[in-house]
Amino acid sequence: MDYFLKLFLSGTAKGSIYALIALGYTMVYGIVQLINFAHGEVYMIGGFTALIVGGFLFSMGMSVPVVLVLSILAAVIYSSAFGFTIERLAYRPLRNKPRLSALISAIGISMILQNFVLLAQTEKYLSFPSYLPELAFLKPVREYINSTQFIILVTTSVIMILLTMLIKLTRIGKAMRATAQDKDMALLVGVDINQVISVTFIIGSALAAVGGVLICSYMGQINYYIGFVAGIKAFVAAVLGGIGSIPGAVLGSFILGWAESLGTGYISSDYEDAFAFIILILILILKPDGILGKNQKQKV
Amino acid sequence: MTQKKLASELIDALGKSVWFVVLLFPFMVMKATVASGVAVIRFRWENLPGIAIASFVLSFVWSRALEWNEHRGDTVNTNTPLHRVQDAVISALSHKPIRRTAISVLLILMAIYPFALGMYHTNIMITALIYVILALGLNIVVGLGGLLNLGYAAFFAVGAYTYGLLWKFVGPVFTAAAINTGWLFWIALPLAGILAVIFGILLSLPVLRLRGDYLAIITLAFGEIVRMVLQNSGPVTGGATGISLIPRPWLFGLRLPPRQAATYIYYIVVVLVILTIFVVRRIEDSRVGRALEAMREDEIACEAMGIDLVRNKLSTFALGAFWAGIAGVVLASQTTYINPDSFTLWESIMVLMAIVIGGTGSIPGAIGGALLLKLLPEYFRPLAQYRILIYGVAMIIVIIFKPDGLFPRKRKVYTFVDKTASGAITEVGK
Amino acid sequence: MSDAIAPILEIQDLSMVFGGLRAIDHVSMHIRNGEICALIGPNGAGKTTIFNCITGVYMPTEGGVAIQRGDRPKEHIQGLKPNIINQKGLARTFQNIRLFGKMTVLENVMIGRHNSLKAGIFKAIIRDKATREEEQRLIDESHEILKKMKLEMFINETARNLPYGAQRRLEIARALATDPFLLLLDEPVAGMNPHETKELEETINLIRDREKVSILLIEHDMSLVMNVSERIYVLDYGRLIAEGTPAEIKSNPEVIKAYLGE
Repeated sequence: MDYFLKLFLSGTAKGSIYALIALGYTMVYGIVQLINFAHGEVYMIGGFTALIVGGFLFSMGMSVPVVLVLSILAAVIYSSAFGFTIERLAYRPLRNKPRLSALISAIGISMILQNFVLLAQTEKYLSFPSYLPELAFLKPVREYINSTQFIILVTTSVIMILLTMLIKLTRIGKAMRATAQDKDMALLVGVDINQVISVTFIIGSALAAVGGVLICSYMGQINYYIGFVAGIKAFVAAVLGGIGSIPGAVLGSFILGWAESLGTGYISSDYEDAFAFIILILILILKPDGILGKNQKQKV
Repeated sequence: MTQKKLASELIDALGKSVWFVVLLFPFMVMKATVASGVAVIRFRWENLPGIAIASFVLSFVWSRALEWNEHRGDTVNTNTPLHRVQDAVISALSHKPIRRTAISVLLILMAIYPFALGMYHTNIMITALIYVILALGLNIVVGLGGLLNLGYAAFFAVGAYTYGLLWKFVGPVFTAAAINTGWLFWIALPLAGILAVIFGILLSLPVLRLRGDYLAIITLAFGEIVRMVLQNSGPVTGGATGISLIPRPWLFGLRLPPRQAATYIYYIVVVLVILTIFVVRRIEDSRVGRALEAMREDEIACEAMGIDLVRNKLSTFALGAFWAGIAGVVLASQTTYINPDSFTLWESIMVLMAIVIGGTGSIPGAIGGALLLKLLPEYFRPLAQYRILIYGVAMIIVIIFKPDGLFPRKRKVYTFVDKTASGAITEVGK
Repeated sequence: MSDAIAPILEIQDLSMVFGGLRAIDHVSMHIRNGEICALIGPNGAGKTTIFNCITGVYMPTEGGVAIQRGDRPKEHIQGLKPNIINQKGLARTFQNIRLFGKMTVLENVMIGRHNSLKAGIFKAIIRDKATREEEQRLIDESHEILKKMKLEMFINETARNLPYGAQRRLEIARALATDPFLLLLDEPVAGMNPHETKELEETINLIRDREKVSILLIEHDMSLVMNVSERIYVLDYGRLIAEGTPAEIKSNPEVIKAYLGE
């Protein structure tokens, strides 16, 4: 039972990280029907930015809490900027072209970014100094959940709440929902589609950046390739929950996190990455619209 | 362009340059290394002017190029200089004597290649030609059928491992019976093709109902799963260490030394490439090929005209997979060593890039793209480490500005002889 | 029972429900051999939905679609796949033009004749004499169809480069190439000028008279509808509100109300 609880909690933490990335995928897909292959790279860039900026600030003698806050802030800002730039550069020119073109462009960007970080920094695994605090009050339950996992859970919950509030209560949130439902109609009632799309990319990237910093702190290391693997898994989570659906992305992420955690714990750890793919294939065969997805019929 | 517009565009480019300098600063100027748990940051100020100037120039060029692209409209301009050159070449080639000489010259050049340039270059060309086969195969799926397959390397792996496993398990039997193991290559070749086709059909079953994006992801997943299974089935496949000492094909009972063997494989692959081109051309210009293209253009209309989409999709994947299987056998015999690392997602994407840059749906495009992608890094060594970056950028530029690729398809022109009322004969069609 | 009286297409009590919306509500229609019928109604009335139910794009929630040809038994086709239904002899065009854009005009029509051939992958590769003759026959037949639709000057043009009116005619040519006994045209003259519309009027009559193909069309252009149809069905909010000859429909108060409001 202890073992199960431990696996469950670490699975929840993992699921939270997937959720932060999956939300970006699902929001972008909901609005422009594009699988943003490059989204995983944005997550990786967030981690790297935190490493670089944080490292610099720390070497300048700033205190750990300040470094933590500023490095996360830098990660968020930079990832958002990258996401925004990618959309403007590589996706916007293809907005009215066949979907395949944008998909290929996304694949291209993904490769460019991976290679860019590889060349500009290093191909090696760098150890990632975690500036996250050790929480003393967690001492009693240390064997079930560690500080970083706890922080991940709390941070993700807060972010979910804020995101839900943004979507439901603010004007831009309403515009996003309208554009996702019917782009042409939204255009007609005066919504600035370009702005909505840019904002969507920015929010998605920001979330991914937070995820990137958290996971690198958790794992203690970072590498140019992590975006790819995490991106695929988060995408699986989004599809599992129903791509285009925000609660779906969250649900799918937790299911994936638990499946991986319990799977590697009880079955085998060799095939950790395979769980995601197998779930993906099963879902696409059995219920392609995902758990919470809406049936999207094509207009004939 | 007016002065005012030029000025505003330059200012715009300046602004973008500043944006990029700030954006890329942490990555291109700062460099992180981690020593004993502490990040050490170095500043490479020498990169700064380069970034600033490059982004200034590129931003200016990019926004002008995009604007030009917008106003080009959707209809394809068929009167560009490139087209005129193409037309000239094609009309020249339509004269039998010219075509015959051209093909003869090409064949002669290809025949003497190994002797003229030696083993090193021959090996490079073998690899390039293997990729030509892969590109032509994937072109059937993506170019003709319009189905984005991101797991093509899986079929490549099936082919290679067919030969490898044949060697591993049947080889000893052959050796014990004193039969030359060089036979195995020729057994593996058709067997690999058949197995790849089976895998192709297996893959297509779950994706029959899926649309473009989902299809891409599931093929990617399939590719990764195949690789993972190969990696984790140590006892059977050799796991991460793979299978080695794979025999080269024999020539009438002779076990050839490496140099001659390489030449032999070169000729084999040349023949295979010619065969592939021949078959793919026949398919393209046939009822089957047209049905695949119709499916790519509009699935709903295609079905409404009586075409069975299920059968079409199965055919597409099966046809495409076959060539990858064959190419896999050749790869295994060339490198004599295979392991799962040769069949990653990168490989699948590389082949995809070749046909996108060359021109999806175009046979010269697939050949040209594959040759470009495999030969350029060998002969432009200094840029080799940037090659993925360059390919990625090239792919995006092609897809935005020239979606039909560098060597686009020229559709078949049909001519008719019409008898008018007065009995005169006129030829219709361009 | 002579051909002219028995319906070749019969729609019985058809209903189509999407989620909470009843797009088609207990509609019954029939087409007789050799007829030209029209299905009209305000936008959103459900006309294309009926087409989609007939051609297999949708599986109707209730009711049935049946065809009967000559002395063959009546056959229910609702829920069958679109390609099967086409093979049974129903062809259609689309409200939003769905041509095979990157293929040439001739090739678009050749696709229509896909099922008149048998050559599979192996035959395609070997390309023996029989296959080559088949191909040539296919090319010639397609050329003939293009001539009938006055598109022969565009043979090698890329389909999407065609002028709009020619694109619509091409869709009809392609549908005709599938050898149907019933042709369903969805807004064939949408966006055409009066001259083109008149030409298409003649073409529709020619198709019925020369090719012996019955026609059911959806249209908003009232002059075309009135000139070319023998019977008209009027749909409003998914329900059939009138059926009759052009003269009867013109003076039907329900129809006038549906189009002009109270």
